[in-house]
Amino acid sequence: MTMLIKRPSDIAPSSITPREVYLRRREFMAGAAGLALAAVAPTRAGAAPLTAAKSPLSTTDEPSTPVKDITSYNNFYEFGVDKGDPAKNAHTLTTKPWTVKIDGMVGKPADYNLEDLVDMAALEERVYRMRCVEGWSMVIPWVGVPLAAILRKADPQGSAKYVAFETLVRPSEMPGQKGFGQPLPWPYVEGLRLDEAMHPLTIMAVGIYGETLLNQNGAPFRLVVPWKYGFKSIKSVVRISLVEKQPPTTWSKSNPREYGFYSNVNPAVDHPRWSQASERRIGESGLFVKRRPTLPFNGYAAQVAELYTGLDLKANY
Amino acid sequence: MPTPPSALAKRLLLGSDPVRRAIYIVGLMPAVSTFYLGLTDQLGADPQNVLERTLGLWALRFLILTLAVTPLRRLGGPSLIRYRRTLGLLAFYYALMHLSVYLVLDKDFDLAAIWADIVKRPYITVGMLAFTILVPLAVTSNNASIRRLGGAAWARLHKLVYVAIAGAALHFIMLVKVWAVEPLIYAAIVATLLGYRLAAYWMKPQRKRAVPSPHSSVGRGLG
Repeated sequence: MTMLIKRPSDIAPSSITPREVYLRRREFMAGAAGLALAAVAPTRAGAAPLTAAKSPLSTTDEPSTPVKDITSYNNFYEFGVDKGDPAKNAHTLTTKPWTVKIDGMVGKPADYNLEDLVDMAALEERVYRMRCVEGWSMVIPWVGVPLAAILRKADPQGSAKYVAFETLVRPSEMPGQKGFGQPLPWPYVEGLRLDEAMHPLTIMAVGIYGETLLNQNGAPFRLVVPWKYGFKSIKSVVRISLVEKQPPTTWSKSNPREYGFYSNVNPAVDHPRWSQASERRIGESGLFVKRRPTLPFNGYAAQVAELYTGLDLKANY
Repeated sequence: MPTPPSALAKRLLLGSDPVRRAIYIVGLMPAVSTFYLGLTDQLGADPQNVLERTLGLWALRFLILTLAVTPLRRLGGPSLIRYRRTLGLLAFYYALMHLSVYLVLDKDFDLAAIWADIVKRPYITVGMLAFTILVPLAVTSNNASIRRLGGAAWARLHKLVYVAIAGAALHFIMLVKVWAVEPLIYAAIVATLLGYRLAAYWMKPQRKRAVPSPHSSVGRGLG
C-alpha cells in the first residue's frame, strides 16, 4: 500500500542509472559512432544535451514515465486543445533568442537573456511526480534550477508578496492562439505566493531526461511546482513579475468555481466535476492500468505542508 | 409459430437481413479496431481514456444516426427505417461497452467510488441516466415486444430516446475542461434533431399520429 504522506527518508539517492555511468555510456556511444567531438548528439530531434547533477530532492521510488509519453501527451492549449496537438504543432515555435522580462518589485528589472538567467553549470536533475488536475500523472526527470536562484538575480524587494508568470503570445507560431473559438484568454498567466516560489522544490526547468525541453513541454523555460496540479507549472515563460497582490491565474479566471489560486494536489478536495482521490499513471500497464491513490500535496507534504499551516485548504483550493 | 433457437440466436446476433448484418459488422468495426489498438499499445499515453471516449463517442454517433432516419425520410431522402433498429441497438452496444470500460478498467469495480461518482458528479449522473433509459429501449427493440406492448405504447416508450440522446450530448459537454468545439458540434446536431421533432409536433398538432404495428415500418428499433 502506498504511504499517504511521503517521508523525508524516501528522498534518497536516485535508483536510476547513476549520472557517471549514463555519461560514460554516451561517450562510449559517441566514440563508437566515430565522433571526435565533445558534444554528444541528442536522442530527440530538436533537443540539445545538458549536463545536470542529480538532486537529493528527487523522488526515487517510482520509475520515470517513458519519454515518448512525456513528449506526446501534453496540455498546452497554445498549440491546440487535444493532448496530441502540442507534439504535432509546437515545432513551429522558435525559442532562440529567448528573453524573460523580470519586473515589478525587484531591484534589477530587465529583459534578461535566458542564458544570463539560468546558470548552466548549476543545472540539477529533479525527478518529480506531476499530477494533472484531470486525474492522470507522470514521473518526470526535469533538468533545471531553483526558481529562487533566478529571482535572486533580479533582487526581489521586501514588499513583494507574490510572483506572477506569463507565457509567450505569438499567434504566428502558436496555432492555438489564432482562429475562431479560442479556449482561453492569452497570455496564459499563473502565480505563486513568494514563499511558494522560493521553496527549494520549486524549479524553472530547461530540460527533461538530460536534454533541452521540446517545445510541447514548454521550451525553453518553464515553471515546475510538483505539489500543485500541472496547470500551475506554466510553460514557455517570458515574464516574471514580483507583485504585492495575488495575481490572476488563467484557469481560475476562466472557471473560478473549479480552479483556485492555490491548486495544491489534494485527494480530499474534489474537482466539482470529478474526484481527485485517485489518478492514472501514464505509461503504466497500458489499457489495464489501475488507478493509484493521489497523495496530499502530490506526496510532497513533508516538505511543503508547513507553507499552509492555518490555511483552510478546502476554501483555498 | 415459435422461432427455432438457432434462428433466434442468429437474429439476435446479426439479424437475418444481409444489409442489416453488414451494418452490424461495419458498425462494430470502430470498437474492434480500438480494442485491438489498445491491446497492442497503439492508443498513445492514456489508452484507457482513449478507449473509453471512443466507445462513448460512437454510442452518441449511432444515436444521432438513429434519430436522423425519420427527418431524412420526411425531407425526401431515402427511407432507412428498416435499419433504424440496427442503428439503435448499435448505439446501445457502444454505450454498454463505454460503461463497461468505465466500470471495469477505469474504476476497477470499486462500487463505493462508482456510487460516489454517480451521486456527486453531474456528468456521470447524466451519463448513467442516459444509459439506463437505453436499457428498456434495447430490450424492447424486437417485434415480439411491439406485439406485446401494442404499437402505441411501444412508440410512447421509445420516445424516451429523445431524453437519452439529450443526456448523452450533455454528458459529453460536461466532461471537457473548456468549451471545446467537438462536444458543441455534437450538441448542435442533437439539438437540431430534437428541434425537428418539436417543430413537427407544433406545426401539426391536429395530425393523428401514426400508430406503429409490428408489420409497419414505423415501429422498428429505437426512436
